[in-house]
Amino acid sequence: MTSTTTFTTEQLDAFGAELDELRQRVIADLGETDATYIRTVVKRQRQLEVAGRVMFYVPPLWPVAVASLSLSKILDNMEIGHNVMHGQYDWMGDPGLNSRMYEWDTVCPSDQWKYSHNYIHHTYTNILGKDRDIGYGILRMDEDQPWRPYYLGNPVYAFLLMLFFEWGVALHDLEVENIVAGKRSLADNKPLYPGLLRKIRRQALKDYLLFPALTGPLFPLTFVGNATANLVRNIWAFNIIFCGHFPAGVATFSQEDCEDESRGQWYHRQLLGSANITGSRLFHLLTGNLSHQIEHHLFPDLPARRYPELATEVREICDRYGLPYNTGRLSKQLFSVAQKICRFALPDRSSTSRQPERVAERAVAA
Amino acid sequence: MELAQTLLRSRAAAALASPHGVDRYLEQVNPMWAAHEVRARVVDVHREVDVPGHPPVATLTLQPTSTWRGHRAGQHVQVGVEVPGARRTTRVFTISSPDSRPGDRFTLTIRVNPDAPGGQGVSRFLVEQAPPGQLLHLSQAEGQFVLPDQVPDHVLFLSGGSGITPVMSMLRSLQRRTHRGRITFVHYAKSPDHQIFAAELAEIRRSGYGVDVHLLHPELGDPALSPAWLERLVPGYRDVPTWACGPAPLVEAVGAAYDGSDALRLEYFKPPRTGGAVAGGEVSFRRSGVIVPNSGHGLLEQAEAAGLSPEFGCRMGICFSCTSRKAEGTVRNVLTGEESSLPDEDVRICVSAPVGDCAVDL
Repeated sequence: MTSTTTFTTEQLDAFGAELDELRQRVIADLGETDATYIRTVVKRQRQLEVAGRVMFYVPPLWPVAVASLSLSKILDNMEIGHNVMHGQYDWMGDPGLNSRMYEWDTVCPSDQWKYSHNYIHHTYTNILGKDRDIGYGILRMDEDQPWRPYYLGNPVYAFLLMLFFEWGVALHDLEVENIVAGKRSLADNKPLYPGLLRKIRRQALKDYLLFPALTGPLFPLTFVGNATANLVRNIWAFNIIFCGHFPAGVATFSQEDCEDESRGQWYHRQLLGSANITGSRLFHLLTGNLSHQIEHHLFPDLPARRYPELATEVREICDRYGLPYNTGRLSKQLFSVAQKICRFALPDRSSTSRQPERVAERAVAA
Repeated sequence: MELAQTLLRSRAAAALASPHGVDRYLEQVNPMWAAHEVRARVVDVHREVDVPGHPPVATLTLQPTSTWRGHRAGQHVQVGVEVPGARRTTRVFTISSPDSRPGDRFTLTIRVNPDAPGGQGVSRFLVEQAPPGQLLHLSQAEGQFVLPDQVPDHVLFLSGGSGITPVMSMLRSLQRRTHRGRITFVHYAKSPDHQIFAAELAEIRRSGYGVDVHLLHPELGDPALSPAWLERLVPGYRDVPTWACGPAPLVEAVGAAYDGSDALRLEYFKPPRTGGAVAGGEVSFRRSGVIVPNSGHGLLEQAEAAGLSPEFGCRMGICFSCTSRKAEGTVRNVLTGEESSLPDEDVRICVSAPVGDCAVDL
């Protein structure tokens, strides 16, 4: 769907007010159910993790152990870690679920990720030149990124990023593409090294030395098993996350368009810049509710378990305002992402053609 | 048990449990198992004072985890409890039982705070609703309001209302040690029915060696605290090591009577009114977009007066729950008098008063 609806300022303000009201309603309703929910998810995650580690002692259970450990990492990174670090559960007053203190089971240090994600990505969502999640510095995912022969490798880079996703996330803040372009110096990265190295060391020690060593002669099997669990999590997370902002129909924005944004305009950009994935309740849980990327971008600090119920209301509001709501099956969304990766590996057919999805028209005064 | 604790606290265990830590796994099995954190279960709740129309007072007996390092008489502890609604709230309470060792049971004597927001505060929950077995989250024991290792020959305890808790802890500790020196114990309460630990104090008065117990009820005609009265009770009182605790008017009166003497140690139960001494300039609450003229009161009070609801805990600078970022400006710590003008500084807003212009991320 294209997004060329023009809006009056009043309409945008009304749109923003309706979403604000929705948000306040949920905040007032937060309580026992939300707390019990996240505690249950945490309990299951810990159980899956311990079970996985223990099952490595029984070689025939190796595939089950890998599955259990993979699930525990997926739950920890997505439904728990990502959401907790957004401050969704800070209201509980539990230091174990506090955004300032939570550290997640992946090589990227929490504080560095919070900066690049909570701050940069969520503030400047899909603004080309500011949101570094567009392409992550190594891919060409938008027509407005000028083509270079380097991008012929787009599919290869995407594939490698998928396999090593947790490392891509960890190194994201080093802004390698900006160092190569001369916009950032190596010295700027120095403050990040201690935290990064410490986290890498702890994760590597745990997964690739200590737990394998604890299984004695089964060291190689456990080592490979832990690596496989990390790989499974990488692949899953990569695919879900790439479906968040890259499927066909998602808009990007220019910096000029987004200066002095009103609240309504901010909501508008978040809506147009995100895409959902349909699925079962279990699917939503396993994606950390990133399958509700739209709701997440509209309300990043509301507990993600609320997104499915919010989606009904958000969709209804979008219908009334004639706004697009990008959603589809996983296979459909993934396919359009893969198409995009391949298409942008090649130079544009015509340098003057403008894809209708690229830029969203901003509001015009009534 | 010792071996288990050593193993659980080891660096190897921490490395295996990285990044969450051992406690996050132990608590899934049994919340009373902990390697670093401190928790406790409520074992007993005993009403001390129950006067109709007045906030009740109760003593809670707590069984802590083995990570509890014990306490010295007079110290307090931060207590976090999940009040209904699933929000964990932390408040500070003084320990009323005598000195304890690691893992020992101890007691808190708590009066319900009638001014708690929403009528559902921690103290009300603990006194009126907490069932035996209720889990609490604790800090280690904290506080400098303690007896010295060498207890002087004559000590004077002055307290009012629920301020009796730390000095009662001290009195009980001294009794357990069969202290040979002289203790003067003065307490102010609304009436005999409001007297906490009435039976125990009556027993001490009857049989205690060297302990003078004076229980006074100024609202019923007993003399109020004054330098003259103190002098008659304890001649040369300004040189007698004294521990005083209670509501602000009492503590301020004691402070005035002692006129700067070193012998006095004070503990406030409610924080002192941060006086409007250095009003002037503006306080800007950046995240809310609210700007108010600076009244000189603490930032927490000024924020609440401006209609904001910042997080807070003990409201006296102990628990750090209210920590907020002061973007710029000078603040004075009302407890220590220290001033600081650093930009982007985390301050405890309950005990920080702006000096001139100030901007806070609230």
